[in-house]
Amino acid sequence: MITKEPVITVKNMVKKFGHFVANDNLNFEVYKGEIFGFLGANGAGKTTAIRILCGLSTPTSGEMKVAGFDVFRQTEKIKQNIGYMSQKFSLYEDLTIYQNIRFYGGVYGMKVAERKARTTEMLDRLGLTDYENRKIGDLPLGWKQKLAFSIAILHQPKIVFLDEPTGGVDPITRRQFWNLIYEAVEKGITVFVTTHYMDEAEYCDRVSIMADGRIVALDTPEKLKEQYNASNMDEVFLKIAR
Amino acid sequence: MRTLYYILQKEFTQIFRNKSMLPVIFVMPLIQMLVLVFAATNELRQVDVAIVDFDNSTSSRKLTSEIAGIPFFKVKQNLVNTQEAEDLLMRNKVDLALIIPQSFDKDLTLNKSSEVQILVDAINGSAAQLSLGYLSSVIAGYSQKILLKTAVPGSVMMKNIVVKPTYWFNPQLNFKYYMAPGILVVLITVIGMLLGGMNLVREKEIGTIEQINVTPIKKWQFIAGKLLPFLAIGLFDLAFGLLVARLAFNIPIRGSFLLLFGMASIYLVLVLSLGLFISTISDTQQQATFVTFFMLIVFILMSGLFTPVESMPDWAQKLDYANPLYYFVKIMRSVILKGSNFPDIINEAATLSVFAASIFGLAIFRYRKTS
Repeated sequence: MITKEPVITVKNMVKKFGHFVANDNLNFEVYKGEIFGFLGANGAGKTTAIRILCGLSTPTSGEMKVAGFDVFRQTEKIKQNIGYMSQKFSLYEDLTIYQNIRFYGGVYGMKVAERKARTTEMLDRLGLTDYENRKIGDLPLGWKQKLAFSIAILHQPKIVFLDEPTGGVDPITRRQFWNLIYEAVEKGITVFVTTHYMDEAEYCDRVSIMADGRIVALDTPEKLKEQYNASNMDEVFLKIAR
Repeated sequence: MRTLYYILQKEFTQIFRNKSMLPVIFVMPLIQMLVLVFAATNELRQVDVAIVDFDNSTSSRKLTSEIAGIPFFKVKQNLVNTQEAEDLLMRNKVDLALIIPQSFDKDLTLNKSSEVQILVDAINGSAAQLSLGYLSSVIAGYSQKILLKTAVPGSVMMKNIVVKPTYWFNPQLNFKYYMAPGILVVLITVIGMLLGGMNLVREKEIGTIEQINVTPIKKWQFIAGKLLPFLAIGLFDLAFGLLVARLAFNIPIRGSFLLLFGMASIYLVLVLSLGLFISTISDTQQQATFVTFFMLIVFILMSGLFTPVESMPDWAQKLDYANPLYYFVKIMRSVILKGSNFPDIINEAATLSVFAASIFGLAIFRYRKTS
């Protein structure tokens, strides 16, 4: 399903915090329908980049477009077309599953009937139909993260940004989480995901690896392994990071 | 508008799910009205007087019993010397000491005039003045009686000019009437400045604001969503507080309710916006609380609620033009106690409206979806 049609274009993106350069001249494109992995050690500048592309942070310079809209001038248009799941868990813990869905569906302007239909389908897929009136705060972390992802794509955005979505959950839940990602891709959603689990990098169509604010490698996992003469992404990462 | 509806629905659900909210809504007004209105009174209940009588004559004992006869004074008698009275003052046992000199009776009979000395504990200035004033008038009344008694028939009688004041709007000078509207102002100010702002900055702390900032919610919708629920709670508490004031103090509400609640709405928009503005520039509830409390204390103490603005220095009176409480205390007192109509308070109302609109705008402007 991957075409060469770019939905994100990033040219010479720079973000400085005072004298600290968090993103040093990034250049890449993300194509429609792909899973684009954004790898790097902690502090490499992944979150900074993802926040800029989501319109949460203004870049220092560069030429960036997300879903066809300019990152400097059209942040609100970008927001209508993307979903975002942050590192920090951000559903309302004091509200129920149903109330969270109703709120987010509502603010994205979804029609009530449409929202209800998708909610039913979503809860069914997650196996949470009977838990609709449970408070989010009472759910285990794995459920919360799957819910957060599902709510982030409820309004069927063009692109979904996931910032370390699987931090702190068990391997089985991570596996289930990636199944959800694949399902989203099948619906035509482009996925931009940061992670530092190298096994997850293998699931991506293409990965870029960041170090000290720069992109030091960008290709498919197969080609990277070949290039660095490694048997898995873990080795690739260690070779690059060193 | 639909977006705003969903935001409000979410805010109300969260507010009523919060277990500490109901006590805030119901207990706070009750305590403020029932405790603070009594506590903030300026009326004197009891003044302890020590009397040192060096004269021990009929006249001096008459004066003593005159004072002791007034329920307001509690008299400690039979002190031997001034030292003893000063000790009592020092140890806060008495508020006033009256010293009657040995020549009191003699002077009165021979010179038709005599002097007594009053020592006052003036740590609490206003209480000291009140009690001194009262004691002086008792002594003056006593001397008047003597004058009348000893006046020789046919001699020139003093012409007395008696001022008989009529106190409008609060004929019994009931201090509670005066304080209750002011305490209500404090009540809705605290609600306004704290609740909305804390709610916003809490979303910052938990991190949910990031998720909001990545949605197409407009800035004004988000701020309005944080403001309107607490506007409703503020108005409800005003109604509740007025009811308590009516039942507990039988306070007359002479003005129109429509005007009262209309003005309160404008005022609440103002203070809520101010609280929200503070929280847009704060990162934690601690920071926001600190700034808000600082402002609250300045606003309240300068508002004319406890001390008349007219007795403040000129520069302080000018500063009060920027104090929202100053205007609203005035409005509340005149609408509730005087039954003022809109034309009577139009200046205050106009100023508050301008303030409210600008600070609401400022809060929206300062809230950043993109940092």
